[in-house]
Formats: sequence, C-alpha cells, structure tokens
Amino acid sequence: MIADAKSTSTPMVNLTINDRPLSVPQGTNLIEAAAKLGIHVPHYCYHPKLTVVGNCRMCLIEMGTPQIEPDKKSVLKPDGPPEITWMPRPQIACATLVSEGMAVRTHSKMVEECRKGVMEFLLINHPLDCPICDQAGECRLQEYSVDYGTGGSRFVERKVKRPKKVELGPRVTLDDERCILCSRCVRFCQEVAKDDVLGFTDRGGHTTLGCYPGKKLENNYSLNTVDICPVGALTSSDFRFQMRVWFLKEARSVCTSCATGCNITVGSREGVVYRYTPRQNDAVNSTWMCDAGRLNYAWINDPRRLTRPLKNGQSAEWSDALPDARHLLREAGMKGQLAIVASGRASTEELFLVRQMAALFPAAAVDIVGRTGGHDQILVSADKNPNTSGAKLLGLATGKLAEIKKGIESGRIKTLFVQGENLEKAGFEAGLLAKLDALVVLDILPSPTTQMATWVLPGAAHVEKNGTFINGRGRLQRFLPSFSVKGHAHEDWYILKELLPEAEHTQYHSFHSVFEAMVRETPALAGVAWEGVGDQGTPLDLKL
Amino acid sequence: MTIKIERPVLKWHENLYFPAIWGGIKVTSRHFWKTVGNWISGKKYGMITSTGRVTMEYPEEKWAVPNEYRGAPTLVKDPDGRIKCVACQLCEFVCPPRAITITPEPIPGQLPNATVEKWPKEFEIDMLRCIYCGLCEEVCPEEAIFLLKDYSFVGESREELVHNKERLLELGGMRQDKIYKWKNK
Ligand code: SF4
Ligand code: SF4
Ligand code: SF4
Ligand code: SF4
Ligand code: FES
Repeated sequence: MIADAKSTSTPMVNLTINDRPLSVPQGTNLIEAAAKLGIHVPHYCYHPKLTVVGNCRMCLIEMGTPQIEPDKKSVLKPDGPPEITWMPRPQIACATLVSEGMAVRTHSKMVEECRKGVMEFLLINHPLDCPICDQAGECRLQEYSVDYGTGGSRFVERKVKRPKKVELGPRVTLDDERCILCSRCVRFCQEVAKDDVLGFTDRGGHTTLGCYPGKKLENNYSLNTVDICPVGALTSSDFRFQMRVWFLKEARSVCTSCATGCNITVGSREGVVYRYTPRQNDAVNSTWMCDAGRLNYAWINDPRRLTRPLKNGQSAEWSDALPDARHLLREAGMKGQLAIVASGRASTEELFLVRQMAALFPAAAVDIVGRTGGHDQILVSADKNPNTSGAKLLGLATGKLAEIKKGIESGRIKTLFVQGENLEKAGFEAGLLAKLDALVVLDILPSPTTQMATWVLPGAAHVEKNGTFINGRGRLQRFLPSFSVKGHAHEDWYILKELLPEAEHTQYHSFHSVFEAMVRETPALAGVAWEGVGDQGTPLDLKL
Repeated sequence: MTIKIERPVLKWHENLYFPAIWGGIKVTSRHFWKTVGNWISGKKYGMITSTGRVTMEYPEEKWAVPNEYRGAPTLVKDPDGRIKCVACQLCEFVCPPRAITITPEPIPGQLPNATVEKWPKEFEIDMLRCIYCGLCEEVCPEEAIFLLKDYSFVGESREELVHNKERLLELGGMRQDKIYKWKNK
C-alpha cells in the first residue's frame, strides 16, 4: 500500500524495451523495468533488497537514447517513432535507471555475445561439482549456462584451486571454488544483518571469499546468505547433502517460532521436512528470516510423534477416545470443575473451536501459555508464540494461568484440557497434575504433560494442516499443508469439534466450515475470505 | 481425454475361430516337419543355444546374452577402490518405476576419498520394481552405475530382492576410469 502511494507521486518515465512501450516510475532500474514486461534480464550480483554494485556483468544490455535536434525536439524516423542513437558498448541493466525515451534491447546479437563471454569467464575456474553441489537444480550458473552459455569450454589450462568445505560459522559452509564473487553475501552482512564479517582477499582468479580474521559468520541471519548466493558457494551446514532440491515439495507456510510470522516455503519429501526457506512478503519479512526460526523444524520429523490416541499411556481407538473425552470435559464443565489451557501456537481456527468449548462452560477458566525471549531490531520479536494475537482476539489470552494452577492446587479444578502445551515448562509440576481427576491433552509429541494424561489425542503439526496465524502486528496469514497427518493422528480442528457436544459439532464438517464460522462470529474478521487472505496475508484492524 | 478404440468387427467365418486354429496348426506343423527334416539330414538346428540344442538345462545352463544386454543395475568402484557414486540422486529421480532409494551422507573427513565430500550412506535398488530400462546408467554423471548381464535373481522374501549398497558393489566390481575426476580435488 505504501508502495502504491509512492508510485502515484513519483513521475512516470516512458521507454521501450525490445520495441515494446512501457511506463515505469522514475528511479526504476532496467532489470525491474524489463521484468514488468515479463522479460528476464539474467543477473547474479543484483538483488532487489541490496545496494547495486554492478560487478558480475551478466546483466549487460544494449541501450540508446532518442536523437535530439538543437531545438530539443527528437528526430523522428520517416514512419513515426523517434530515431535512436545506440550506444556502441553494452551497459549493465542493474545500475542503469530508466530515462525518458530510452530504448533498450535485451536480446540483440551483441547482448547474446556478451552473455556468452561472461558465462565463459565465470566457468573458467568453476569446478565440475554439480553432482555433489547442493545448489544444483536451483543454481543460476546452471540455468544461465543452459539459457545463455556456450555449451563447451575452450579453457585447457589448469583450474585455480581455492579452499573447499570452509566453515564460515556454525551454520554456513563455504566452497570457495564455486563462488562467482558477486558479493551479495558481503552486502547482506553489511546492510541487512549489520554484522560486517565477510570480505574478499587476493586478486583476479585467486580472489577468495572469507571472514575477517578473528570473526565468524554467526549472526542470527547468516543462513540468508545461503539463499541469496546465486551459486552453491554458500551452503547450509544443516541442509548440506541431505536431499536434492528437485525432490522437495514446496508448500507456502508461516514460521512458528515468533510473533513476527515470517513467510516461509517448507521443503519436504515423503512426509519429511528438509528445510524452511523465506518467502517474500514485503509487509512482514522482506525476503529474509532468522536462523533460529529456519532451523526449528526437527520436531516435525521426530520419530516419537504421537500417532494414536492414548488412554493412561495405553494405545486406544478414536471411537473410544472422542466420546469419552467429550464426556469427561462436559461433566466437569457442568460442575464448574473444568479449566482449559489453550496454545498460542495453535491456529486461529483451532483457538476458535477452543473458545466455542469454553463458551459452553462459562465458569471454566481459560488461558494460553505465554512465551517470551530475546528480540532484535530486524525480525525477531520477543513474543515467541506465533498466534498470541489470535488468542487475544478470541479472548483466550486472559492471564488466568496462575489462577488455574491455584484452582488445581485447591482441588476446585478437577479436569483440565490442554492444547499442545508442555505444562511442566509453565510451572505445573507432575505432582500438581496428579491431583486432577482427568487430564485431556491434544498434542503431537510426548511430554511430561502427556505422560500424566487420561487421554492423549494426537493432532497435526502446522505443515500437516491448513490454518491461519495472526502475527504481532495484526496480520492474518495462512499456512498450507505439505503432507498429510502421521499415522492415525487427526487434524486438530477435527478433534476439537468432536469434543463439542454433538448438536454443536455437525456444523463443522471441514476445515473451511470452521474458518467460515470463525469469520462469521468474530467482528474483527468481517469480510475476510480464505482465498482473499492469499499468500501474503491480510492486515486486520485489531485493537488488542 | 478418453480414447476409444473400436474393436474390429469379425466376419461370420472369423467368429467360428476355426480359421485361426487352423493357422496355428499350420505354423506348428511347418516347424515340426522342418525339424524332422533337419534331424534326418543331420543338420544343426540353427544356433539357438551354445550347445546347438533347441532346449537347454536351465538354470545350470544359461543364455549367452549379447553384449548390449541390459541386466541388473549395479554400482562400480574405480581402480583405486573408490565407490564412484557421489549420491547425486539423479538416477533416483529418473528411474521410471522408482526402484532406487538413496540416502546421501558426507564422507567422514579421515577417509582418503574425503575430498569427494559426498557418497551414498545407503543405496537400494528394488529388483522387484526395476524394469531394466537402463536410464540410471544413462543419466549417471559419474559413470558409477552400470547394467550388467545378470538377469536372474532368486530370493525367498521381498527384502532379499532389494539390493543394498554392499550387494550392488559386489555385483558391480571394478571398472577402469579414464578421468579420475575427483583425484586432485
Ligand atoms: S554452483 Fe551451480 S554450477 Fe557450480 S557446481 Fe554448484 S550447481 Fe554446479
Ligand atoms: S559466496 Fe555466493 S553470494 Fe557470496 S560472493 Fe560468492 S557467489 Fe556471491
Ligand atoms: S534400470 Fe531403470 S528401472 Fe532399473 S533401476 Fe535403473 S532406472 Fe530404475
Ligand atoms: S546417478 Fe550415479 S552418481 Fe548419481 S546417485 Fe546414481 S549412481 Fe550415484
Ligand atoms: S547484475 Fe548487473 S552487473 Fe551483476
């Protein structure tokens, strides 16, 4: 929205690219201008979020300006369009801004020759590592070799050897031979992470990337350098050699590690998550995410995942679990002996169903478990729950957790429903939970709390279901499933609606019906549609 | 889109099947009399088996398959004893019936070939799935997988017919290498 306001106030500039007319705001560079026409100008060093340095020369194009007569009128060709004076040498598109009347050729003979030349130079010392290189399959060098390269090599001399397998920091491994010296990583560290640790040493073909003496690439944003490295020089030590990228199924999701809600792409294969990568959302995370959030996925692949309902630790059937748990909650609710601990990690839809349950028993205390930690000025927020705002919106974040604890201690609360939280971390000792008559826990991994539970109802991780989170700034964002739930587990919305009285739950026949009911019954969500939320989320007007 | 294939409409005499049966008998008897003729005149029967006989004592005796024959896929080592496969997983990707499953792993630093950095921790080919198409051999950038002439595998369970890395390397043996691409890494 801010961008729109800006573009209306900036003057527009007219130009032609490959004879196609186009009008873009002043200050646009030629890579972006061409992209508006769907023309890709190949580039390595240019990155829309970093300063332009123009050092890779891959984006060379041919350009000209209209011929001007002394009276400042442009010379017209006999058939109308202005006569163009073409510059004899190619220009770099990334550092050339549009100007009025400019003409650009992105695919002329000269441009093609230039690209061939640049590719040949880049490949002179490049190792033949593709079979073991993690970048293969998403490597700009591979792609441009096919699209713009020559196919063969004329280089018969010995290739320059540079360091391989260099650990730049705890999470990033560098292969210097593959580096094309685009300096994106250097600029990222200076400009975005504000941790200037990378630089080049030596000259010419021997130029080597490395950390300054005594420094390491260990800031909490270091893995973004792996994403923006156009080749396989910087690799994630975590993802290194784990899976080839072409096997990864990609799903659009949201990071669950803090209230910022960075947009991510989950890469998985056959039910195993291999990596998170940031997905561009300029209203939230630009194109970045923090390392802590990125590496927080191993729990999804945990072999201890709960896949069957458990009754007092023994495997049981859903057909017993759901009616029995429903009965337990209802009995206690009626007697005013029920309390509910919801989760700030659950989706808004799930929290909505928890609220429906709480609404049946007005005497029952409800709260979420808060989580706070360090924050920074870049992305990380202090609230470590991805959906505290959702819980607040639905009135579930009440601050009554201590009261619930006291209630259990005093014996007033006899039945507890817990949604995906390990209560030991919230100060509920095993001895305290043992005082309860019944403990119903919806979770995906065993914890001290599930060990004490009367019923454990196995749910789904966020990569196994649809849902939304509302981030700390009140933006409603969707996450989509990568694969289906494990074993006999169920999606959480299904379990939660089954715990409602039968007369209530028939209206929730699918995830989308829960979403729609939530929108209907929550004034702050008025007008929100699942499709409308889209991949970039939608800002809500919350007064929390 | 459904493609509908029309069945040929048979004429009344074709519907009787006798002409087809008669056709079959004609072919069989032609071969029979030819064989009898050859036998009487003492001629060899055309070289079907190495022994010159029409039948053979399988499995003691086996077909001599031509050189281009595509038998079981196997993994090979180079003359230095290095497993040539670098676990690039291209064969896993290309394999039409998805017979191949590879678990890649970094080569531990102390091994002599650690400069190659990556190799298969496990490499399985399910011979019950393999269709002997040879695409894995075709796609391999390291010339690490070859279809040899073995075609007959016997096992008492399905698991036995999933060839693991050891078995594949044992079947594949050593191959000459012209390039030694990774040697001076
Ligand atoms: S950086 Fe690209 S071209 Fe170079 S080895 Fe890796 S995949 Fe191949
Ligand atoms: S490591 Fe990658 S991002 Fe950094 S300069 Fe080299 S090619 Fe560019
Ligand atoms: S021969 Fe064909 S089917 Fe068999 S493993 Fe190779 S690619 Fe797969
Ligand atoms: S294609 Fe070759 S190198 Fe790659 S995994 Fe298969 S056998 Fe190994
Ligand atoms: S992208 Fe323009 S010089 Fe690198």
